[in-house]
Amino acid sequence: MAAIDPPPISQAAWDERYHRRAFVVMMVMFILAPAVVYPVFLMKALCFALFACAFNLLIGFGGLLSFGHAMFLGMAGYICAHAAKVWGFPPELAILAGTAFSTALGFVAGLIAIRRQGIYFAMITLALAQMIFFYCLQAPFTGGEDGIQSVPRGKLLGFLDLHNVHVLYYTVLAIFTGGFLLIYRIIHSPFGQVLKAIRENEPRAISLGYKTERYKLVAFVASAALTGLAGATKAIVFQLASITDVQWQMSGEVVLMTLLGGMGTVFGPVAGAFAIISMEYYLAELGAWFTIAQGIIFVVCVLAFRRGILGEFEAWLRNRK
Amino acid sequence: MNEIFGVPTQALFGQLLIGLINGSFYALLSLGLAVIFGLLNIINFTHGAQYMMGAFVAYFLASKAGMGYWWALLVVPLVVGATGVVIERLMLSKLYKLDHLYGLLLTFGLALIIEGAFRHQFGSAGLPYSMPDQLVGVFNLGFMFLPKYRGWVIIASLVICLATWFLIERTRLGANLRAATENPTIVQAFGVNVPRMITLTYGFGVGLAALAGVFAAPIYQVSPQMGSSLIIVVFAVVVIGGMGSILGSIITGFGLGIIEGLTKVFYPEASNTVIFVIMAIVLMIRPQGLFGQR
Repeated sequence: MAAIDPPPISQAAWDERYHRRAFVVMMVMFILAPAVVYPVFLMKALCFALFACAFNLLIGFGGLLSFGHAMFLGMAGYICAHAAKVWGFPPELAILAGTAFSTALGFVAGLIAIRRQGIYFAMITLALAQMIFFYCLQAPFTGGEDGIQSVPRGKLLGFLDLHNVHVLYYTVLAIFTGGFLLIYRIIHSPFGQVLKAIRENEPRAISLGYKTERYKLVAFVASAALTGLAGATKAIVFQLASITDVQWQMSGEVVLMTLLGGMGTVFGPVAGAFAIISMEYYLAELGAWFTIAQGIIFVVCVLAFRRGILGEFEAWLRNRK
Repeated sequence: MNEIFGVPTQALFGQLLIGLINGSFYALLSLGLAVIFGLLNIINFTHGAQYMMGAFVAYFLASKAGMGYWWALLVVPLVVGATGVVIERLMLSKLYKLDHLYGLLLTFGLALIIEGAFRHQFGSAGLPYSMPDQLVGVFNLGFMFLPKYRGWVIIASLVICLATWFLIERTRLGANLRAATENPTIVQAFGVNVPRMITLTYGFGVGLAALAGVFAAPIYQVSPQMGSSLIIVVFAVVVIGGMGSILGSIITGFGLGIIEGLTKVFYPEASNTVIFVIMAIVLMIRPQGLFGQR
């Protein structure tokens, strides 16, 4: 590996200590949460948190704004639901099938999309997602507007009955934690460092001899795979794979979660996902006002609050130290 | 001659006409996007909402102020364009120094606000807007009947597109504009007020979207989501044509409308996706788009 200047050691040490503490706090909260909060709400938020973390891997660390990530979430959901319901797969294999499909889709979409940067990249991912959307609307196996309903949850690994809401919750938590730690590992690996270098200055990374397209493609595929994991898990939890997960509004929603929580921070997307899903959950009766509220959050974040909740919080912590 | 390639001529020309109509909307909207992108380097995600606002303002003018279609053609672009000027001054102008992804996110947020507000106020049902008396009826072209209004929309959008092209590619004002996209500092030094030019350009692009909204009002119903369904297709048109290319957006706009119409005749299942398929193919062969530079 060629040398990338490491950040000053004190900074890295500070980061690591902060991340470790924050992770412990987060896990304790998630483990205890079902005692006080409705577990189904928590599971929804966890699925979206994983989705947002996977998305953040791409934009926060690779600088690539995908406006079509709904295609990975939605397709994984359909494949998982179909595998569980029609083919009779056990839940773990169904989730794997959904994830595998998203990974493959991510590879194909990535090959096309990473040829352009910035706004162009965003537009291309959006249009590819539209292709998938219309396919899902018409393909016979997706059930069109109705989606695939009453997906069986089954028994995880043959003995954990997912109909028990607590078993289901801790399964979802385990999947989220696995995905989260994997993303943490990726961004703190040499690969992640190169990715950050590409985000900061791609021509320089190229001149250092990195095949930047390859790095971006791997990041894109990893992000698609983890998004697929979130989508497939969501299909098992809600026993439903629906067209709303493939719609472009969903791609916008995950951008909002990441932006609100803090792009490029480790915990920001989790906070953002919980904030948005709570809004959706508790403000559901607002109807069209909810869309307006989302729009206002977007505008405020972009104009005044670009670091997001956790970004601002971390900056405040750093200044205190 | 009642059939071409095994398809009844009536159906073929009917779909070609629908394709041309859709194509004129694609062209007008992607033209506005191209103009805005060219100078501001912002993908105006609010464009669909602004098109929808155009249709709604025309509806208000008719129902509240008794102003007919012809007045709407003049007043609506000015009114909606003025809101664009306000948006540019208050918000977009703060973002030019940042990564241009923030412009996309900001305009996306604005689109949500505008659409949400209209949906809250008017629900999802469409409102009717009647076409002007002068354009009711059909022309008999011999081989088919052409509704007068549709013929008017196609010709009017073509004229507006070409006029915009002329303005930007062949006049002094356009030359300043193009120069400012290359190097705003030098153009400023020549005594051109670049910030004001940028503001007015955004207003102009928004006005074009609003004008398309007025054209659309009598054909489609006036409804809050009329923009969001169209805008994604228009984005694809822009990517295919080459982002920021004026001529590219006009030609691809009309061309893709026609291709979409033909697909509806020969292979209806693909008619929704054909534009996105073409986009994927074009990107693989020519990543900068058909008319894009670099």
